[in-house]
Amino acid sequence: MSLIDLSGNLLFVAFICYLIGTFLFGGAIKEKEDTAAKRADKWGKIAISITIVGFLAQLGYFITRWIYTGHAPVSNMFEFTTAFGMFIILSFIIIYFMYRVTALGVVALPIALLIIAYASMFTKDVSPLVPSLQSYWLTIHVITAALGQSILSMSAVAGLIYLLKNVDAKKATKERFWLEAVMFFCVLVIGFVVATTAFRAAGYEASFEHVTQEGKTEVVEYHMPAIFGPNDYVALSEDRMTPFVEVPALFDASKMTTVVWSILFGSVLYVLIRLIARRSVTAMIQPLLKRVNSQLMDEIGYRAVLIGFPVFTLGALIFAMIWAQIAWSRFWGWDPKEVWALITWLFYAAFLHLRLSKGWEGKKSAWLTVIGFLIIMFNLVVVNLVIAGLHSYA
Amino acid sequence: MEKITCECGHENPVGTKLCGKCGRPLTEEEKQKKLVDMRYDGIAIRSKTYNKSIIDKIWNFFSSVKVGITLIILNLVAASIGTILPQEFYVSVSSAPEKAKYYEDTYGTFGTLYYNLGLSDLYSSWWFQILVGMLGVSIIVASIDRGLPLHKSLKNQRVKRHSSFMKRQRLVAEGVPTAEQGKTLDLVEKKMKDMKYKVRREGNALLAEKNRFARYGPYINHLGLIIFLGAVMLRLLPGFYIDESTWLREGELRAVPGMEGYFIHNDKFILETYDNEPTEEQLKQGVNVMAKNYQTNVTLYKQQEGDLPGQTDNLKVVDKYEIKVNSPLKHDGYAIYQMDYGLNELKTMKFALTNKTSGDSLGEITIDLSSPETEYILNNDTRVEIVSYLPDFSGFEEGVPQTASPTPNNPAFIFRMYTPEKPEGETSFVAIQQTLEPLGENTYKMSFQGVETRNMSGLTIRKDKTIPFLFIGGMIFMLGVAIGSYWAHRRLWVEELPDGTVRLAAHTNKNWFGMKKEMDAVTAFAHLPAYIDQVEAEKEESKKEGDNTL
Repeated sequence: MSLIDLSGNLLFVAFICYLIGTFLFGGAIKEKEDTAAKRADKWGKIAISITIVGFLAQLGYFITRWIYTGHAPVSNMFEFTTAFGMFIILSFIIIYFMYRVTALGVVALPIALLIIAYASMFTKDVSPLVPSLQSYWLTIHVITAALGQSILSMSAVAGLIYLLKNVDAKKATKERFWLEAVMFFCVLVIGFVVATTAFRAAGYEASFEHVTQEGKTEVVEYHMPAIFGPNDYVALSEDRMTPFVEVPALFDASKMTTVVWSILFGSVLYVLIRLIARRSVTAMIQPLLKRVNSQLMDEIGYRAVLIGFPVFTLGALIFAMIWAQIAWSRFWGWDPKEVWALITWLFYAAFLHLRLSKGWEGKKSAWLTVIGFLIIMFNLVVVNLVIAGLHSYA
Repeated sequence: MEKITCECGHENPVGTKLCGKCGRPLTEEEKQKKLVDMRYDGIAIRSKTYNKSIIDKIWNFFSSVKVGITLIILNLVAASIGTILPQEFYVSVSSAPEKAKYYEDTYGTFGTLYYNLGLSDLYSSWWFQILVGMLGVSIIVASIDRGLPLHKSLKNQRVKRHSSFMKRQRLVAEGVPTAEQGKTLDLVEKKMKDMKYKVRREGNALLAEKNRFARYGPYINHLGLIIFLGAVMLRLLPGFYIDESTWLREGELRAVPGMEGYFIHNDKFILETYDNEPTEEQLKQGVNVMAKNYQTNVTLYKQQEGDLPGQTDNLKVVDKYEIKVNSPLKHDGYAIYQMDYGLNELKTMKFALTNKTSGDSLGEITIDLSSPETEYILNNDTRVEIVSYLPDFSGFEEGVPQTASPTPNNPAFIFRMYTPEKPEGETSFVAIQQTLEPLGENTYKMSFQGVETRNMSGLTIRKDKTIPFLFIGGMIFMLGVAIGSYWAHRRLWVEELPDGTVRLAAHTNKNWFGMKKEMDAVTAFAHLPAYIDQVEAEKEESKKEGDNTL
């Protein structure tokens, strides 16, 4: 087995461990009053052990891939996103041993699973580094920034648990709607993974010749049936679905197709869940978290921001500026990724001020942590894939 | 100045919420509360106290945390708008009409709107800079407004606090110790000292305190931010900031723009590519080869003292450098970066003066395209004169050939050839794959023999004297934010009442979970009555809460 195969297998092992860990954490907080403490203790111990095994396996993936590629494996969408998932698990383990709260695992692990599954939809090809990335600052800047983001994400985990427990799933309120919307969004990510995997398994391929914004003729390959066709396209593959709409060259028809398929698959999945369970996703999860200590959850959410904020500042702003000064000759250039790192930073600064001076605790604070996580995900997904800039990955 | 006198006799400035000496609540509002507001230890805040003059009003506006948060959010939203479309400096056209056209052509009506609203250059717009400036003012004012009185109050803490202060803390306990009564304060002192607290005693009262410096974290990080913002503004002063760029061809010696007295010679430009197969994703993006290294080998020269500007015959070698991406040349506060490159620019063109019918050559001339001679003499009666040189030939206008730029992208010449057969000369217009004989049929022609090309490097020259200040600002910020985030200011007040009961109150500015662990430890050690968390107790009354292990 070559090093890169070993690396891939270790990642797979980690994924399976996190999956098992999720159910074990679920078992640990089951709602049987009488044996609850014992159960939490016993199942909780097994659950965190499996999680640590998974983390070590993923660390093994990270190190073997590092050795194989010769640089820290954080240089493209697959590598970075996977590492982000790994750091979320690491942050969870740290917070777990600080507070010994098993309920965190029920949310933290699925989020890490979704992120790693999302990452694996991108190409896993090993590619050498372009000159601008050839620096030890790649390792320092990206790893610190990802670690900061993942600790901040743990606050959203605590916030989500707080909301899932405290938002009344029986009353039709705005809060309930938005919480269910967050759940729906998670199902959409599963939709993306399912759609990508299904079409890939079926070996779907269709090529189109099209005219780009610059007037050049290029060929684009779709791996999903084309809902949107590129500008002035000519279908090159036979017996393939004809696009419903042709979009101007400004838009990436292939990415739009992926988004729509993900929404379709996700929505169908969501409707199926609703039909089978006859309850909202919020209402399904709520009983699991009935005995969670809200006060403690609120404190963990705040603490995670306090721990993560300095790390994020250091990695995503200060180290970023130092490297930008070396590589691009200026420490700050209003590149979209830079701006969104600043926005994330400003957002958590606002969070801290609201909490300290305006006394925003409980639900308000929990919602803010969830919004913060959405900003982090926006910076990871949309800024890299949609907004053009110096940080755009493949 | 007006004072409020507390029942204990201590005089407090107007606006004080909790007496600085004993901690009694002084305002009606505080008296009504179940728990005291410990945010600034109950000090009088200037902005909450005065609101008369215009200066008070401005001060109060900027010191308000609500205004501060609003400014943060406004900056956040404004910054995000600038990322919807690429900013002008990332668009590779220079003039305003070209930019307007670019936004219209690329993004349609929305692009035009974006451009016309000035959003395409948002970050240098006056209103964005005012927003950032207002945030800076807010940071300064709010820090002074709260930081100074807080410092005074923390410095002058009393050990003994009034029962109304103690009872309204979040963590409280009252009762008779379960063992070793009478030795309670000694035991508490010992345990708290073990846990790195500083302990002060006054009669039957005790105050244990640790990490007071954590309270200064926010003020330190604000100071760092102010230094950082100030350093950014320093850039506007002359001499602090230089940003120039230049194209330097291989073999060329040039004065370094912005770097007086220095000359740079391009010894060689190197482009290395990876020899691996491009990946599928790269092919999709039209990338066939991946660059491995961009590098310019240069020699840096300096003029000697007394040399005239531009004088190059007396240069002293400073050093040889290999400038690469991520590894700029650094000298004397300047940095020279590898930013761009151009491959295979025409350097020389070689022509042979040839008889059109026999094909015999009378000799060859080599023209240096960056500085062609006016005349090339082959022998006594044979010479070629360059009547006109068009480095970037773009066509004829009213019969006159035009050049689009001074860069030799598409060179064209008007030659006048003097030969033994035609001593009066023949005129020929020669461009790439095009020859015209405007003044009639010629006997001779300039036949193209070949070219030599060279590479050029796009270099950026920077000097930024503000960087040390930015760095100091950044470090102070990090220090402050770490102090404020990773340490908590914790206090425990204990009072032994004459009847043998003990009263405790504890406060921390964050991480109550950690505070409670230490409270557990001291409670067990000194046999103290069990404490209660008044915030959780309040919640539990209305709703049964879960246990701490979940």
